[in-house]
Amino acid sequence: MIGIEHYVVVSSILFVLGVLGIFLNRKNVIVILMAIELILLAVNINLVAFSSFLHDLTGQIFAMFVLTVAAGEAAIGLAILVIYFRGRGTIAVDDVNRMKG
Amino acid sequence: MTIQLIAFYLFASLAVLSGAVTILARNPVHSVLWLILAFFNAAGLMVLAGAEFIAMLLVIVYVGAVAVLFLFVVMMLDIDFAELRAGFIRNAPVGALIAVVLFGELLIGVGAYRAGALVLGTPDGSAATPAGVSNIEAIGALLYGRYLFLFEAAGVILLVAMIGAIVLTHRQRSDTRGQNVSRQVERRPDEATVNMQPEVGQGVSL
Repeated sequence: MIGIEHYVVVSSILFVLGVLGIFLNRKNVIVILMAIELILLAVNINLVAFSSFLHDLTGQIFAMFVLTVAAGEAAIGLAILVIYFRGRGTIAVDDVNRMKG
Repeated sequence: MTIQLIAFYLFASLAVLSGAVTILARNPVHSVLWLILAFFNAAGLMVLAGAEFIAMLLVIVYVGAVAVLFLFVVMMLDIDFAELRAGFIRNAPVGALIAVVLFGELLIGVGAYRAGALVLGTPDGSAATPAGVSNIEAIGALLYGRYLFLFEAAGVILLVAMIGAIVLTHRQRSDTRGQNVSRQVERRPDEATVNMQPEVGQGVSL
């Protein structure tokens, strides 16, 4: 019997994998962006599972909004990556200090 | 029931496996391809939960748009990826520690939930799927009804993201000759070159 716990465990494993991916690939922005997509995917699975569990469609609506924001975030992130690469010739995030932050 | 059990464990294990390979793969192109597999399996999980619309949306948006965008960018940039992996082993212990702590917290959360959830309120049933209505129909009614303004806000967010991405990556190249529309519009007849065919001996008036 598959319950809500199964879905929550799967989504938490995916979430943790996403966080781990950010730490493991600290220099490679592309993989960091992919790890963020994994985290958002885990959130979506959780929203959908609870929506199905509680018989309330609001969760699925908000999963759609999360999807929208994730798509916009990927587009903007990759655009920034492209112009950064054009200016510097590398995408190593360790030496991103142009703004002296 | 057993076929659902098999399908759930298949989708779940493949999603977790491909998620793990995504963050561990040496080549980012392989990472993107494994990410696509993870999205497909997550969509399978959502279909099992009865959310067909979100599952199809996941396949269309993520696999059709986001993953292809990643693939383009990875292939366009000429990067030495071996150099970028230099800190991989050094970062591993800290990352693993944080991952273990985070996963432990999540497991404790699930355990506490199983022991009896805090009753923060019950859904009033106003957003439940009506009987005899398909998932897509119910979502459509909710999306174009109660959440209409949020839906339009999502459209505005996508528009802003699109314009932002175009503005960021667009550049004026100096080695090409383009059309200058404002100069063309500003041009007046008296500064133009005119093609005349004067009679013999008449001359040209300037």
